[in-house]
Amino acid sequence: MTFDHIVAHPGQWLRGDGPHDKIVVSSRIRFARNLKDRPFPGWAKKAERLKILGEIQDHVAAIPAMDDGYNAPLQDLTALQKQILVERHLVSREHASKSAGSAVVISHDQQLSIMINEEDHLRMQSLLPGLQLREAHKINNEADFFLEDRVPYAFHPDLGYLTACPTNVGTGLRASAMVHLPALVLAEQINQIVNSVGKIGLAVRGLYGEGTEALGNLFQVSNQTTLGETEEEIIDRLVKVIEQVIEHEQNARQTLLERRANMLLDQIGRAYGVLGQARAIASKEALNLLSVLKLGADLGLFPESTQLAVDELFMTTQPAHLQLGEKKEKLSPEERDTLRADLVRAKVKKIPEPDIAKVKPAGSGKGKKMDP
Amino acid sequence: MHCDVCQKNDATVYLTQIVEGKMQKVNLCEHCAKEKGVSDPTGFAMADLLLGLGATQQIERGGQPAQKCPVCGFTQIDFKKTGRLGCSACYDTFADGLANLLKGMHKGLKHTGKMPAHLSRRYAMADRVKSLETDLQKAVKNEKYEDAARLRDEIQKIEHELQA
Ligand SMILES: [Zn+2]
Ligand SMILES: [Zn+2]
Repeated sequence: MTFDHIVAHPGQWLRGDGPHDKIVVSSRIRFARNLKDRPFPGWAKKAERLKILGEIQDHVAAIPAMDDGYNAPLQDLTALQKQILVERHLVSREHASKSAGSAVVISHDQQLSIMINEEDHLRMQSLLPGLQLREAHKINNEADFFLEDRVPYAFHPDLGYLTACPTNVGTGLRASAMVHLPALVLAEQINQIVNSVGKIGLAVRGLYGEGTEALGNLFQVSNQTTLGETEEEIIDRLVKVIEQVIEHEQNARQTLLERRANMLLDQIGRAYGVLGQARAIASKEALNLLSVLKLGADLGLFPESTQLAVDELFMTTQPAHLQLGEKKEKLSPEERDTLRADLVRAKVKKIPEPDIAKVKPAGSGKGKKMDP
Repeated sequence: MHCDVCQKNDATVYLTQIVEGKMQKVNLCEHCAKEKGVSDPTGFAMADLLLGLGATQQIERGGQPAQKCPVCGFTQIDFKKTGRLGCSACYDTFADGLANLLKGMHKGLKHTGKMPAHLSRRYAMADRVKSLETDLQKAVKNEKYEDAARLRDEIQKIEHELQA
């Protein structure tokens, strides 16, 4: 598989269906594994890293799931290509900053990707659409079973799989789900949810503003401890919490529809209007408005196909994807904002106006028709 | 507000996370946020951050300050700088100090999850030897010499396999 193939065919996590995929965007399972008595990538000298890479890479590529996959040392990738893989969630940001001595191997269906010499010698991750943590775990496990017979893993009878960072020791497992919670944010219940399900460790991506403000109303729920529980226990606990979060989001949507339909329609209409007319739009604003548009599609205000169009825009409006196919070496932020607006406008133009008949505002009478 | 990592720049990135019902807050500057990979929602764990913010002192409590990993040459000072260990043998070298650190970080101190199949076979055999040895001692004590001889053979057979 070539890099161009990856660019042309986004992975299944974006295009495919999965349980609860209206709220759970994707599920990810990651294992950290290392070679016994060899310096971890961050401590190894370049020659040692190259040697370790040479010992692992062929085995990784030989994993049955990697048949006809993508396999490249990082120095063969341009900065833009690395960034594309980050925006596709196929490699971590940390891995994208690596060069000689590191590599990435991606399965043909892009469900499984393995980073060699990231923070650990091996970081294998499976990514599936919707809530499919157990299924993703199965994919990872099969790759792990294949490698454990061929690569001498660092394993300690008490501490389990040994990792460069003590936060990952034990199972080396990070299970996470990306959840879209616009109604909980709109209803200002998100903080309560974060608090009440916090027992398991709700990692909140809130890069701007206080705590829980997340771009595009996207949150990541993941386990934070890796030692002292089995993989199944960790995943079961996480699934249970995510199911609760889904229920709360569904309730919040229902309540908004029943009690604050006009506010909801106003938000969706404004998002539709701005995205359909903007001539320059920053990433943050685009993500937040796309999130509201996605909510509108979930509620049936837009045709079914809108879902995928919006999900794709989440990805294609990221900086590297905008740069892709541009002749100019590096777009300025202003040029990016213009390009982003062009892209969004073209897509949103094809979406019909919100069908507010689908939502009958209770009490407040008919919702006012919204002009784009 | 200053950045919790460099203590120099103004913090512009605020993170809140609740783990085990405890609220953790970290404030970072743009530079440190980038450095710590905080902008990557798929690979970020708060504990990694907190690890770099003082938890590293924990490791110093165990062992001597000049301790050095015999396999990779890693020292505690290196751990303090990076929050990462040098190699798998470091877990033995710095075992005492790490125990404190791990206790505050995880649910338990004993791995109960999967293990490589070949190791799990070995551990099962080692366990079997232990229990046979107990039986053997009992047999000798009770002067059941025929049983003892049989047990001794069995133990030898397994130990032979273990060495292979
Ligand atoms: Zn800083
Ligand atoms: Zn070491």
